[in-house]
Amino acid sequence: MLHSLLSGDYPRSRPLAAILLIILIGLALTPFLFPGSQPLNTAAKVCIFIILVASYDLLLGYTGIVSFAHTMFYGIGGYGVAIALHSAGPHWGPLALGALSALVLAILLALVIGLFSLRVRAIFFAMITLAVASAFAVLASQLSDITGGEDGLSFRGPALLRRSFQLFEEPVFGIDITGKVLGYYLLFFIALGLFLLALRVVNSPFGRVLQAIRENEFRAEALGYRVVVYRSLANCLSAGMAACAGMLTALWNDYTNPDTTLSFAIMIDILLMVVIGGMGTLYGAAIGATLFIIAQNYLQVLMGQLSEALSAAGIPLLPLLFHADRWFLWLGILFVLSVYFFPTGIVGKLRSLRK
Amino acid sequence: MTAAAPSGIPSLETRDLTIRFGGHVAVNAVSCAFHPGTLTAIVGPNGAGKTTYFNLISGQLKASAGSVLLRGQDVTNLPASSRTKRGMGRAFQLTNLFPNLTVMENVRLAVQSRAGAGLQLLQLWSHRGDLIDKADKLLDAVKLLDKRNAIAGALPHGDQRKLEVALLMALEPEVFMFDEPTAGMSVDEVPTVLDLIQAVKSLGTKTILLVEHKMDVVRSLADRIIVLHNGALVADGEPATVIASPVVQEAYLGISQETAA
Repeated sequence: MLHSLLSGDYPRSRPLAAILLIILIGLALTPFLFPGSQPLNTAAKVCIFIILVASYDLLLGYTGIVSFAHTMFYGIGGYGVAIALHSAGPHWGPLALGALSALVLAILLALVIGLFSLRVRAIFFAMITLAVASAFAVLASQLSDITGGEDGLSFRGPALLRRSFQLFEEPVFGIDITGKVLGYYLLFFIALGLFLLALRVVNSPFGRVLQAIRENEFRAEALGYRVVVYRSLANCLSAGMAACAGMLTALWNDYTNPDTTLSFAIMIDILLMVVIGGMGTLYGAAIGATLFIIAQNYLQVLMGQLSEALSAAGIPLLPLLFHADRWFLWLGILFVLSVYFFPTGIVGKLRSLRK
Repeated sequence: MTAAAPSGIPSLETRDLTIRFGGHVAVNAVSCAFHPGTLTAIVGPNGAGKTTYFNLISGQLKASAGSVLLRGQDVTNLPASSRTKRGMGRAFQLTNLFPNLTVMENVRLAVQSRAGAGLQLLQLWSHRGDLIDKADKLLDAVKLLDKRNAIAGALPHGDQRKLEVALLMALEPEVFMFDEPTAGMSVDEVPTVLDLIQAVKSLGTKTILLVEHKMDVVRSLADRIIVLHNGALVADGEPATVIASPVVQEAYLGISQETAA
């Protein structure tokens, strides 16, 4: 059962298994362990980014393709749901239609980009994805009649997923099971399902071919694997998964705008998360995304408190260094250190410890 | 001079096959047919265009002119992967493996390609025990079974050459192309590879092309020798006749000198 769920791809390191288990349990029980909307928002973001980063790792880590269009597919998912719910009202029908159209559009677009440019050298593919993604971002902010322009679209999700909805009259373990909690569990299980699906794909005969292409595309072709077909398929799969992450984001936030889905800053974050966690392992995507999102949400708060404590103690200079506004500096230092000490990512490091 | 060609459609044929790199003609209008059950050795001095000729046949390079026919079908415009699927198999001169994957995984990928299982997305690779067993048999044949879990890039040169041959065997092609399969191998490793080639040859149905510098190997295995010189086909026939011919003696001396150097 476990073998089948994990597709035979075990963590292969005790500390790694422990960390993954903590992440899984933490995310599964967030509504009960950490009541309040801020922790729930953070947990939802972690789930979404695990999918987004895992889908990117399918490209970068497993197939060796560098793409800068990942946020575009993420955005297509977000806008698909947003446009459908905004124009047709908060019902499941439009939601399903919007989600499906977004998925089809993302996969088709990935196929077209792939067939046109995956046969050329990697650097050209990267440049083309950058160009297409930039064009798409401009389009999204200019076509304001459809997309709401820079402000994006706000909408209401189905009644079942709203904060005002109560599943039971009585709280369960002291927690009101609101529509938001239901929405979180919907998101959690979809994310878990997609993650396990991705794990299956990378451990399938197909996934093995992707790794072979990453290692030596010339030889993979000579062995009879049509490289451009495999790469295009990987590109489509990855785009479809990113679109799903975008849909979940839109549904969770009740809005979609260029900043939250299409911005280049998110693309950079995804890259950082893949590298920190460890390229070419989906568990790395899970760890990278979790650490990064938690740092992003709590490092600032922690530093603010530290800074105040230091200045209360009358220590000079240090309060300034740890001022809440400096959190990005510290994140940068953490990143440089993690790449320096764990070039193969956290997962690679943990796995090599065992030997 | 032409060897007594067996009747029937050749399994592999090149017609006026040519490639130019700028002004340099690396392979010049080579027309040649290869029949099942025959081992043809391709000899010639370094830079004669033997490997380039191979690259044109198996699709790593695109021909400037001429055509490649596989069992009567024109494959000149097909990518290398399609030619492999149609029964052409190649072992490379410069070892060309998946360096960070295990020895087992290298062979398993070739077996998997032969089984046409590459596009299965939802199955587990480890559930295809048939592919793994077959890969194990091949590793046993090249005496690498004890190193099946080693990383391919970390193997000694001779073992990498043997693995290269195992990958070709795994494809079970109709046309086998060996590009100096024993180059750089230690003397005691050479027989393993030669025995494998001999085993394929004794099946009697496969077409084998062998680029080889060691003349004793050529003499013991070849049914026919063709000689390339400056990209052109200059001699073709039975080993004894070809080796004795003046044009080969000249080209040949070139080889011996280089080998000796």
